[in-house]
Order: sequence, then structure tokens, then C-alpha cells
Amino acid sequence: MAAISLHHYLVLSAIVFSIGVIGVLIRRNLIVNLMSIELMLNAVNLTFIAFSHTLDSMAGQVMVFFVMAVAAAEAVIGLAIIIAVFRHRQSLDPQEMQLLKW
Amino acid sequence: MSNLQIMSLSPLIFYLLAALLVLAALMVVFQRNVVHSAMALVAALFLTAILFFTLHAPMVGVLQVLVYAGAIMVLFLFVIMFLNPSALEERRTVWWGCGAVAAMLLAAALIAVTSAGNALENFMIAGEPFGSPEMLAQSLFTDFVLPFEIASVLLLVAIVGAVVLAKREG
Repeated sequence: MAAISLHHYLVLSAIVFSIGVIGVLIRRNLIVNLMSIELMLNAVNLTFIAFSHTLDSMAGQVMVFFVMAVAAAEAVIGLAIIIAVFRHRQSLDPQEMQLLKW
Repeated sequence: MSNLQIMSLSPLIFYLLAALLVLAALMVVFQRNVVHSAMALVAALFLTAILFFTLHAPMVGVLQVLVYAGAIMVLFLFVIMFLNPSALEERRTVWWGCGAVAAMLLAAALIAVTSAGNALENFMIAGEPFGSPEMLAQSLFTDFVLPFEIASVLLLVAIVGAVVLAKREG
């Protein structure tokens, strides 16, 4: 087997990111959608770390640190919105949230 | 050129980790029980943390386990238990087809783009002290002080916003 290179990490990251996209597109459960977004953020973090290692620069790792902070804020706000929506509609189906649909 | 290959990771371990990560990611998306999805996401985050360790990023790996697999997933599980969404969603084949095709196209495009360049032949040039907590803190508190402070304000706003949003009305 050939040595592991940057391409291996990038392809793995692309696959995981695409799986996250599938989750956002086809699942009809807000919590699973949010978890798929976390999966996508995670794939991007892996890309950052791989490039940081290849280019011998700490900027990538610092950026992952910030992505984690923003992901935490996003998860907190997203889950609060889900709780508020569930109180009104008794449902987690994003298809039912079409009050603004023309 | 052999001294450029400091990477201690054997290909076998990488492929094992990658296969497990893809499997866990698929389980996040395709499990119909939300709690099982959350558990698979914990596994995926752990495996990513191990991959961070293989890339000389131990501090980020530890943060990944603490913050992501620990704090954020506890929050997810708390909300799942709190709302108790018992009804399983029914499948819609049209959406499944469209979503699968779109994701396949995206994956093909991403893999094609990432495999196109050959400027990154000399992989794994990082030495041993690279990625240590000291180096991370060094760049965090010198080059990235302002983003760091903005991130702390963002987290404060998120805390206040979550309390306001989730508070019972009236």
C-alpha cells in the first residue's frame, strides 16, 4: 500500500461532507438535519488540519478552534429554535414549517 | 526523500479509521431512530479526533473530544430526550432519489478537485513539536487575538439567545 498522503485525507473529507449533505437534503427531522450539519463542519475541520500539517502552518489548527466555537454556538441556538418550534407545532418535520411559503 | 515522510501512520490504520468514519457518518444519516443517529455521531466525532492525532494536532483532538463529543452531544441528547419525538418519519422516494444524486455529484466533484493538483507532493513535512498546545496558544494569542475575543463574545450572545429562545412564553 502506498503511503498516506494529503489526497487520502481530502477524499475522506469529501466523502464525509457529501454524506452530511445527503442528511440535510433527505431527512425530515430537524435534529438529524442539525447533526448532519455538524458532520459537514467536522469534515471541513479535517481538511483544515490536513492542510495545516502539509503546509506546516498553525493557522489551520487555529481556524479549527474557531470553527468549533462557532459550531457550539450554532448547535445551542439551533436546538433552542427547535424547542421553540416544537412547542408551537408539536412536530420536528421541516416540511410543515412553511408559513412564509407563498 | 525518505526524511520527508515523518508520518508514522501506517496505511492500514488510516484505511481502518476512514472506513469506520464513513460507516459512522452513514449511520448518522440513515438510522431512523434519532438517539441511534446521535450515538453514531459521537462515534464519528471520536474517529475524527483520532485522525487529528495522526496529523500532529493533539490539542485540537482533545478539544474535539471534550467540546464536540462531550458537551455538544450531551446537549443534542438532552434535547432529543426532552422533546421525545416518537413518530418515525415516513420515507419519500422522490426526495431520497434527488438527495442521493445531488450528493453523488458533489462527492465526485470534490474528489476530482482535490485530486487534480500535484503541488502537494511533499506531504508530511511537519516536525515533532508542531501542533503542540504551546504552539497553538502562541498563534492564538499573537496573530489571532481579535478573532479569539470575537469568538468569546459570540459564545456569550449564543448563551443569552438560547435562554431567550427556549424560555416558556407568558
